[in-house]
Amino acid sequence: MGNFNQSSGIDLVSADNNTGIKDDGFDGTNQQQHPEGFASNIKYLIVGILFGIVFVKAEIVSWFRIQEMFRLDSFHMYGVIGSAVVVGLISVQIIKLFKLKTLQDEPISVPDKTFNKGQIYGGILFGIGWAITGACPGPLFAQIGSGFLAIIVTLLSAIAGTWTYGLLRPKLPH
Amino acid sequence: MEILEIIRKPWPWYVAGPLIGLTVPILLLLGNKSFGISSALRHICAAAIPANISFFKYDWKKEAWNLFFVAGITLGGFVATFWLANPNTFVISQATQTSLTALGITDFSGLMPADIFSIANIFTLKGLIFFVLGGFLVGFGTRYAGGCTSGHAIMGLSNLQWPSLVATISFMVGGFACTHLLLPFLLQLVK
Repeated sequence: MGNFNQSSGIDLVSADNNTGIKDDGFDGTNQQQHPEGFASNIKYLIVGILFGIVFVKAEIVSWFRIQEMFRLDSFHMYGVIGSAVVVGLISVQIIKLFKLKTLQDEPISVPDKTFNKGQIYGGILFGIGWAITGACPGPLFAQIGSGFLAIIVTLLSAIAGTWTYGLLRPKLPH
Repeated sequence: MEILEIIRKPWPWYVAGPLIGLTVPILLLLGNKSFGISSALRHICAAAIPANISFFKYDWKKEAWNLFFVAGITLGGFVATFWLANPNTFVISQATQTSLTALGITDFSGLMPADIFSIANIFTLKGLIFFVLGGFLVGFGTRYAGGCTSGHAIMGLSNLQWPSLVATISFMVGGFACTHLLLPFLLQLVK
């Protein structure tokens, strides 16, 4: 398989053989050992549906709400993100404190994030895109579902952006 | 029908924020999944166009939950918009409306300004800037940063990860700079 070092699953936390850049072992990582089939994945579809409803009903998917946030004209987005972090923080601490297990009785683990300069460079680039499109990746999907079909172009371009990052990754400063 | 009426109204931050925060423990308890959406874009690349790039050579099927999750978000957007729509007019802050009017935005009736985000604009300069360039920066930037608002700002900060704080601050720096320095220029360009 040559340099194909990730054949046994997404070995996210180990360094990439080709580049020596630590991979992002954090964003959306699946730490479950037990394999899941189609039926098992349906529960994430359902969580996604509820999540998408919240996105639209709280108008987080609105370009105008993002503009209000970056113009400091409304507390709404700061309240949403801030209270989400507080609830998430308390939940994670409870899970760690009581060593809660998953439905499959596996210990819950969240990989640590290692710092690299990509978080600054990439973060700024994403911030610019966020203000232009009025959407982070989650709301992109919710906007399309809401009938803003032009956003399909934005999504395709975001996929192209991700792909281009994968292509240029060895040459980019990290 | 009282409850349905309440649901139809826009949800305040103190309802929506905690619900979004609860996604973190729900995903962990359901199957040890860290909340993060932008990685779905990477899995789509890995599944559809890996092109022998090492960054896309992994078992994306193991991460398929993320694709189910974003499919759900799309469906949820549909449900909320077509079955639970807000019967009242969309309210936007007066200050923002004034600023945007000065920049040439005229339509404040929906969640997205129809001046920009309409199908008719896809093959225009507006489409090139607001769909193609904007989308590219979202996809490139989130992956470069190793996460987006969900993966870094919510999941990362919930787990007290300082690199996620760096990323979140960078998101805001980029967003503020773009809104106040770049956007007036871009909107002038497409006027």
